[in-house]
Amino acid sequence: MVDLKASVESAAPGPKARRGERGSLWYDAWLELRGRVVFWISMAILLLACAMAAFPSLFARFGPNDDCNLRMSKKGPGGGALFGYDLQGCDYWSQIVHGTRASVLIGIAVTVFALLIAVLLGLVGGYYGGALDAIIARVTDVFFGIPFVLGATVVLVAFPGHGIWAMTAVLVLLGWTTMTRLMRGQVIAVRDSDYVQAARALGAGDLRIMVKHILPNAIAPVFVVAMLNIGNVISGEATLDYLGVGLQYPDVSWGLQLNVAQSFFAEYPHLLLFPALFLTATVLSFLMLGDVVRDALDPKLR
Amino acid sequence: MRYAVQRLLQAVPVFVATTFLIYAMVWALPGDPILALAGDKPLPENVLQTLRDHYHLNDPLIVQYGLYMAGVFLRGDLGETFTGQKVSELLTDRWTVTAQLAVTAWVFELVVGIGLGVLAALRRGRLADTAVLAGTTFVIAVPVFVVGYTAQILLGLNLGLFPTAGTDEGWPVSYLLPGMVLGSFGLAYVARLTRASVVENLRADYVRTATAKGMRRSRVIGRHALRNSLIPVVTYLGVDFGNLMAGAVVTEGIFNLPGIGQQVFQSIQLQEGPVVVGVTTLLVMIFILANLLVDLLYGVLDPRIRRG
Repeated sequence: MVDLKASVESAAPGPKARRGERGSLWYDAWLELRGRVVFWISMAILLLACAMAAFPSLFARFGPNDDCNLRMSKKGPGGGALFGYDLQGCDYWSQIVHGTRASVLIGIAVTVFALLIAVLLGLVGGYYGGALDAIIARVTDVFFGIPFVLGATVVLVAFPGHGIWAMTAVLVLLGWTTMTRLMRGQVIAVRDSDYVQAARALGAGDLRIMVKHILPNAIAPVFVVAMLNIGNVISGEATLDYLGVGLQYPDVSWGLQLNVAQSFFAEYPHLLLFPALFLTATVLSFLMLGDVVRDALDPKLR
Repeated sequence: MRYAVQRLLQAVPVFVATTFLIYAMVWALPGDPILALAGDKPLPENVLQTLRDHYHLNDPLIVQYGLYMAGVFLRGDLGETFTGQKVSELLTDRWTVTAQLAVTAWVFELVVGIGLGVLAALRRGRLADTAVLAGTTFVIAVPVFVVGYTAQILLGLNLGLFPTAGTDEGWPVSYLLPGMVLGSFGLAYVARLTRASVVENLRADYVRTATAKGMRRSRVIGRHALRNSLIPVVTYLGVDFGNLMAGAVVTEGIFNLPGIGQQVFQSIQLQEGPVVVGVTTLLVMIFILANLLVDLLYGVLDPRIRRG
């Protein structure tokens, strides 16, 4: 993973990185990304999803669980309702728009927290090694061994009435291990490089070496996995909602809509189709984004 | 050999800590299972005490855990439910269902996943490659329960290719469709991992050398490139077997297969702690064993790891 080009480059510049200048790993990646159609498509979908999550009232006709009419229950698309009506007779389009927030927020929040943990533990463990590293590695193994669905279910059932932030905490608890392992491996791979030894010879402290020299050269693959992780977290959250142990009514989320749809989808396919479509499009965009960024960051493929 | 012993010694504390964590999660979290057992009418205090003593609920957590693990390893006893049934008896039939399902999914992942990955790598940049890449990304993005319902309706109900639910037709017929659904996610990963790995190895010097020596292409790929490419794939497949067993809850629910997933899910909601702990302990054991086997296999495939 340590490519010679990146190592030479970060060895050369002084304290001020030549950000934005031609030749840095990230700038080259941006030049590469700019020309990829997939990049722009996924960015467009993700911007739309983020806009829906931040300002649902701009898109939805009604508020969450508002203006519902039981007589319209499960009616298919037609008339004023583009996506038809849900089980409670609420406008399905509005409900789905309001469901965006839970997925996007949890996906991003879980990944940001998990990434912070991964960077911290990975840097400390990988750089210092020894007993501390051994403890971090074993604790990671322990959490890695907990089955996701069962572990999450045990915790969530014990705390009924959990909202978005409790869900986030549980998903972080079960989801920080993969990135931590990767980060640790990356740090170990670069910690003995020439430029790190050069920095040490020049009298740089541990913190400075870790933050200025190791981190920038170790983070790229972890960053890619983080992007893919957002998609996986969204999928996992929806699975917990679908199983009935995640968010609960009156919260609105795609997973909950799919949970309701499972009993009726044979006769009313729109109940399953539309939330699944939104969920898939969002997850797919994060995955495609991660993929193109990975390709752009990997000089071997150029 | 030293490597094997070292790995084994590392696995033991991980097993103890993971199972203890699960044990603590199940028993120490809010909610009194004994009170829940009684329902609306409160039990007399002495009955409550007897029940708590019987399940060691008055001892400190670590003692409870110690007693439980001693039971598991010395007597093969996974404890009993609050209604007095042996957990191991409750699970015997269900284990076979889930194991059959997981094995079906795993074989599907292995064969089709590696096949597609190698195909895509050899046709890199052409139609087959693009199709595999797009298809696998899509499969990873669609949640497994949506895949499940769609497959059930289209392939089971409308086309009648597979039985839609239940285990009436036995293994393998009843397990084919659920196995494919359960394995779809892992299949996509295996295919992508294989592709990336083979593509990288095809560029390696030793492949060029082998070709230059005049070796047939099939032999260059099969003997040289593939052997090295499969190392990360083997790792993933090993880790994934545990995931398949533990992640079968959703698939079992959709296809109405009476496996451990459904059992443990019900037990969690009913706060039947003994069943939850019993099943998860066994799952963690399988998971850690699979990882251990992979690490040992890794040493066989790549001598650098064994000697390094």
